[in-house]
Amino acid sequence: MNSYIVNVGTLIIIQAIAAYGLNIIVGNAGQISLGHAAFVGIGAYSAAMLTTAAELSFWPSLVISVLIVGVIGLLCGLPSLRVREDFLAITTIGINFIVVAVFQYTPFFGGALGIGGIPRATIFGTVLKDNGFFALCLAALVIVMILCRLFTRSWTGLSCFAIREDETAASSMGVSPVRAKLIAFVLGTMAAGLAGVLYSHFMRFINADSFSFTFSVTLLSIVVAGGLGTFWGPLLGAVILGILPEVFRPLVDYRMFLYAAILLLMIRFMPGGLLGGSTMLSVKNLMKKNRGGAK
Amino acid sequence: MDLFLEQLLNGLAAGAMYSLITLGLALIYGVMKILHVAHASVYTTGAYIGLVTYTQTGSLLAAFLVSMVFCAVLGVLIERFVYFPLLKYPAYVPLISSIALMIAIEELCRVFAGPEVRTFPAELPFSDISVCGVTVSSTLIAVYAVSALVLFLLWLLMTKTELGLAMRAVSQDMETASALGVATHRTVAITFVIGSAIAAVAGILVGIYYNQVYPMMGEVPAYKTLALIVVGGMGSAPGAVLASMLLGVAETFLIGYTNIPMPRDALAFIAMIIILMWRPTGLLGKR
Repeated sequence: MNSYIVNVGTLIIIQAIAAYGLNIIVGNAGQISLGHAAFVGIGAYSAAMLTTAAELSFWPSLVISVLIVGVIGLLCGLPSLRVREDFLAITTIGINFIVVAVFQYTPFFGGALGIGGIPRATIFGTVLKDNGFFALCLAALVIVMILCRLFTRSWTGLSCFAIREDETAASSMGVSPVRAKLIAFVLGTMAAGLAGVLYSHFMRFINADSFSFTFSVTLLSIVVAGGLGTFWGPLLGAVILGILPEVFRPLVDYRMFLYAAILLLMIRFMPGGLLGGSTMLSVKNLMKKNRGGAK
Repeated sequence: MDLFLEQLLNGLAAGAMYSLITLGLALIYGVMKILHVAHASVYTTGAYIGLVTYTQTGSLLAAFLVSMVFCAVLGVLIERFVYFPLLKYPAYVPLISSIALMIAIEELCRVFAGPEVRTFPAELPFSDISVCGVTVSSTLIAVYAVSALVLFLLWLLMTKTELGLAMRAVSQDMETASALGVATHRTVAITFVIGSAIAAVAGILVGIYYNQVYPMMGEVPAYKTLALIVVGGMGSAPGAVLASMLLGVAETFLIGYTNIPMPRDALAFIAMIIILMWRPTGLLGKR
C-alpha cells in the first residue's frame, strides 16, 4: 500500500480508538467531556517516558500506560459527580489546559521540546513498521470495538444508559450513579490512553501541542458527527473527519475554513449525527418506518 | 513601589478588557444557557472592522460605531441561524456548533486580512499623564475611560430600564417570562446585539492597547472567558466583571513578581477548579 494512505489510515484508526472511549463517557453515560485529548496525551507521554527514560519494551509499557491513564481518568471523573452539563464541559476544558501546561512547562516531560527517539513497537521481536503498525492499530481498534459492544450489553453499561436518561429515576431504582459514571470515565479514558500509546510509537516524537484542546474538540466532533452513543458512529465520524482535511489539502488556504464550515453544517442540520436519532441514514429509523408500513 | 503601581494599573487594564469580552458571554449564557464560544471570534471580527474603518476614515469614533453595528448584526445572525434552531438539543450540540463557527470565522478573517499581525496605529485625543511619578500612557487611559463608560451604560440599562428588567426576567426563567408577556425571542436577540457590540469595543481596545490585530487573537480569550463566567457565577454580569478584574490583576502580578513555571493561560482554569470545589455557584452566583 501507498505509505501516505497507510499513514493517514493509521492516524484515523488512532483517533477512532480515542473516539470510542469518548463515546462511552458522552454517548453512553451522558457526561460531557471536552478534555479527552488530555488523556490521549497522558497515555502518549507515559509510553514515551517508559520506553525512552525507563527503557521498558513496548508491551509492558503499553499495559502500565493504559493503567496510569485509567487511574488519572478516575480522579478526573470525580468532578462529574459534583458538577453537570455546562459546568462539567468547562471543567474538562480546564483539565485539558492544565495537563498541556504541565507537559509544556515541566522539564521532566521534556518541556516545550517534547520527547523524541521513541522506539518502534515490536511484537515477538519483530519491529512493526508502516503496514505492520497499521495492522496492530487495526487489531487494537477491533478489540476496543468488541469491548464497547460487551460494555453496552453489560449491567454497568445498562445502568449508564439509565443514568443518561434520568439520573434521579435511575438512582431511585437502585442504580448507583457514582459507580456507573466513574466506570464510564475509567473505561473511556483507558481507551484514550491506548490511542495515546499507539500515537506515541507511531509519531516517535511527541510534544504537548498535539494534545491541546483543539484535539479534544476534534474528538468530540467525531463522536457527535458520527452519531452519539451509536456503535458505528465513532468509526464513521473518524473516517469522515479524518479524510475531509486530506481531500481539502490542495486548497491550502481554505482548508480549515471548509472543514469548520462542513462540521458546522453537519451539526446544525443533523444534530443527532449521521447514524443517530432523526437523520435519513439512521438504521433504527429505517426499521421503524418499515415496521410502521407492515402494520 | 512604582513598579507595583504600574503592575496594578496594567493588571486593571487587562482585567477591564477581559470583562468587556466576558460580559457578552455572561449575558448570553444568562438568557439562552448556551456557551457562546464563537463570541471570541465576534471580538476578533470587531477588531478587524474597527482597524479597517479607522484606516479608511481616520476617525476612532467611526471605527467604534461601524464595528459595533457590524458585530451586533453578526451576533443576531449567529443567534437566528445557529443557536435558536438548536435550543431543544442537549448542550453539547450548540457548544460544538459554536466551536466550529469560531474556527470558520477565524479562518475567514485569516483569508481576508492575511495571517500576519497588523498594528493598530490609533491617534488618541489625549496624551500620557503622570501621577505620583508613574506615567499613565494614553492607551491605558483610553482603556479605563471606555470600559468605565460601557460598564456604566450597561448598569443603567440592566437596572433602570424596562428592557433590562425583561433581560433579567428571561435569564431567570424564560417560560414564565414569556407567559407574563415578555417578548422572549426579541429579548434574546437584543442581548446578542448588546453582547456582540461590547465585544467589538473590546476588540478595538485590545487592538489599540497591545497594538496588535491578528486572526488568532480570540483563541485564548475564547476559553479563558468560559472559566471566567464560571468563577463569576454562570450568567451573572457583576460576577463576570469581578472575576475578570481579579484575573487580570492576578495574571499581571504573577508574571511580574514570581517565577512559577506555569503559563498564565492555565491560571484561570486552576482558579476555576478551586472555586468550583469551594463554591459550586461561583463568586456571585445564586443557588
